[in-house]
Amino acid sequence: MNSLFPSIASRSQSSGLMNFFVPIISIVLTLITGSIIFILLGFDPVYALYTFFISPISSTYGISELFVKATPLALIAIGLSYCFKNNIYNIGAEGQLTMGAIFGGGIGILFHDTNAFWLLPLMIFAGAIGGALWGLIPAILKTKFNTNEILTSLMLVYVALFILDYLVVGPWKDPFGYSFPKSRPFSESGRMPLLFDGLRVHFGLIITLFLIFVSWFIFSKTIFGFQLKVSGYSPKAARYAGFNQTTLVFFAFAICGAFAGIAGLAEVSGPIGLLYRDISPNYGFTAIIVAFLGRLHPIGIIFASLVIALTYLGAEDAQLFLQIPSAVGFIFQGLVLFYLLGAELLINYKLTYKKLL
Amino acid sequence: MNLDLILGILQIVLIATTPLVFAGIGELVTEKSGVLNLGVEGMMLVGAVSAFIILVITGSYFLAFFVSILSGIIMSGLFAFLVLFLMSNQIATGLALTIFGIGLSSMLGKQYIGTPIDGLSPWFFVIFSFLIVFLVSYFFYKTKAGLILRAVGESHNSAHALGYSVIKIRFLSILFGGSMCALAGSYISICYAPMWQEGMTAGRGWIALALVVFATWKPERVLIGAYIFGGVTILQMNLQALGLRFPGQFFSMAPYVATIIVLVLISSNKLRIKLSAPASLTIPFYKGR
Repeated sequence: MNSLFPSIASRSQSSGLMNFFVPIISIVLTLITGSIIFILLGFDPVYALYTFFISPISSTYGISELFVKATPLALIAIGLSYCFKNNIYNIGAEGQLTMGAIFGGGIGILFHDTNAFWLLPLMIFAGAIGGALWGLIPAILKTKFNTNEILTSLMLVYVALFILDYLVVGPWKDPFGYSFPKSRPFSESGRMPLLFDGLRVHFGLIITLFLIFVSWFIFSKTIFGFQLKVSGYSPKAARYAGFNQTTLVFFAFAICGAFAGIAGLAEVSGPIGLLYRDISPNYGFTAIIVAFLGRLHPIGIIFASLVIALTYLGAEDAQLFLQIPSAVGFIFQGLVLFYLLGAELLINYKLTYKKLL
Repeated sequence: MNLDLILGILQIVLIATTPLVFAGIGELVTEKSGVLNLGVEGMMLVGAVSAFIILVITGSYFLAFFVSILSGIIMSGLFAFLVLFLMSNQIATGLALTIFGIGLSSMLGKQYIGTPIDGLSPWFFVIFSFLIVFLVSYFFYKTKAGLILRAVGESHNSAHALGYSVIKIRFLSILFGGSMCALAGSYISICYAPMWQEGMTAGRGWIALALVVFATWKPERVLIGAYIFGGVTILQMNLQALGLRFPGQFFSMAPYVATIIVLVLISSNKLRIKLSAPASLTIPFYKGR
C-alpha cells in the first residue's frame, strides 16, 4: 500500500521536460483559480473567461493591441534575463524605462519641429543611454559599496518617476497644453512608424524581435553568455575560472537598463507621442513575471509576453463589460507567478509515494 | 522656534514613523529566522484595505484590526507555504506577493475610494510600536525560544541536527512578520490617513526592508533607522509647505534618496554586513540533503 500524500526526493539532474511543462501547468492552474474567483464574484465563469481571454483578441485590432502591449514586456524581460541569469535581482526596470523615456523623449521635445530621418534613431539611442545610466547606478553601488541591488534599484524607480513628474509639469510642459501635465507632441519623424495602416502596432516590435534574436545569440553562442550562466549557477566555479564578476554585473545592468530604456522610448514615441506622467502601466514590474514565466529563454519570453499582455487587455475588457476593476489583471499576474514558483519544485525534485506496508 | 512648534513636529514625526517601525520589526523577525520576504509592500496594502473595508461595513475598530492582521497571516502563510514547503526562490516569491497584494488591494478597495471614516487616535499604536521593539529584543536575547530562532537563521542544518523544527520556527516567524506588516498597513488607512487610496503605502514596505539592513538585524536599531526616515519625510513635507522656490518633486524623492544613501553607508563595510546578516538568509532548507 502506498502513502496517500507524496513526498519529495531530489533529482540527480534537473528535468528538461518539466522545465518546459512548468509554465504551462502554472497557466492552467491560474485559469482554474481565475474561474473560481469569477464564480465567487457572481459571474458565469465561461462568459467571464471568454471576456477576459478570448474576446480581446478576436479582431485584427485586438491582435495588434496584444502586440503593442507585448512589445515592451518582452523587451524588458529579455533585458532582465541578463541580470536574473547571473542572480542579479534588478527589480527597478520601471525606473530604467522611465529614464529611457525621459532621455529619448527629451530629444524628441528638443527637435519637436524638426523632420529628419536621423531623429528617431537618435531618440532610440538616447533612450538606451538613459536607461543604461540609470541601471548602472545600482551596479556601481553593488560592486563598489556592496549595497543590495534589490532595494537600490527599486528606490530609483520612485526617484525616476518624480523626475518625470517634475519635467512634465515644469520645464518641459507643453506651452499650448492648457496646463495639462504633458509635454509637446513629438514631430512626425520622432514617432515609431506604424507597421500596418490603422493599427497601433509599431516599429518597436521589430526592434524587440531583433534584440531578442541578438540576446539568443549572446546567451547560447558567446563566452559572455556562458560566463553569465556559470556565475549564476555557481559563483565559486566562476571565480575559480577567473570570470570577473564586477564586469558581469556592470554589463548585465547596463544591457538591462538599455533595453528597458528603449522600451520606454518606444512607448512614448509609439502609441503615446509625447511625455506625460503615467507612461507605463507597470511594464517594468510585470516584465519580471514575463522573464520568469519565459524561463529566461528568448523563445519562452516571446510566448510569456503574449500571455501576460493578454491579462492587460482582458482586464480592460473585464472592466468595460463585467464592471470588474481592471486591477484583476494584476491578481492574475501575481497568481501565475505563484504557481510557477511553486511548480518549479518539479524541476529539481520528483514526487514519490512511500510504501507504507 | 518656540516649544509648541518643536512639540508639534515631534508629534507628527512619531505618528508618521510608527508604521515603519511595525513593518520593519516584523520583517526583522522573519529575516532573523533566515527568510527574506520581499512581500512587505503587498501585505501592508492588503492589511490597509481589509481594515478599511471592515471598518466601513461593521464600524468596529477592533474587528477592523483583527481582520487586517488575519489578512497578513493569510498572505504571509501563502508565502511561507511556497518558500518552506515548495522551496521556491524567496526573492521571486516575495515579489509575486507584492504584485498580488497590489492587485488584490486595488480590486477590493475600488468601491471604497473616497468613503469617509472616523480616524482612530494613533497614540496607542505609537506606544505599542516602542513596546513591541523592546519585546522582540527581549525575546531574541533573553529567552531560549529567541536563541533557537536566531540559531535557525544562522545555520538551519545545525538547528535541525539539534532536533529543532526549522520549518515550524520559520513558518511562525513569517506569520509574525505578515501580521506586523498588516498592522502597519491598517494603521496607515485608519489612523495615519483615514481613507483608502490605491497604493497608499507609497513604498513604505520597501523602506521597511531597507531599515532591516540599516539596523544590521538588531531590533533597537530599527527604531533609530525608522525615526531617521520618518524625520526626513516630515522635514521634506514641511519644507514643501513653506513654499520654497524649489520644485516639490525633489523634496518628495528625498526619503527614497536618503534610503539609498544610508544603505550605501551601512553596506560599504562588507565585514559588518557579513557578520550581522543571518547566515542562512534566503537559503531554502531541505531535510533530505
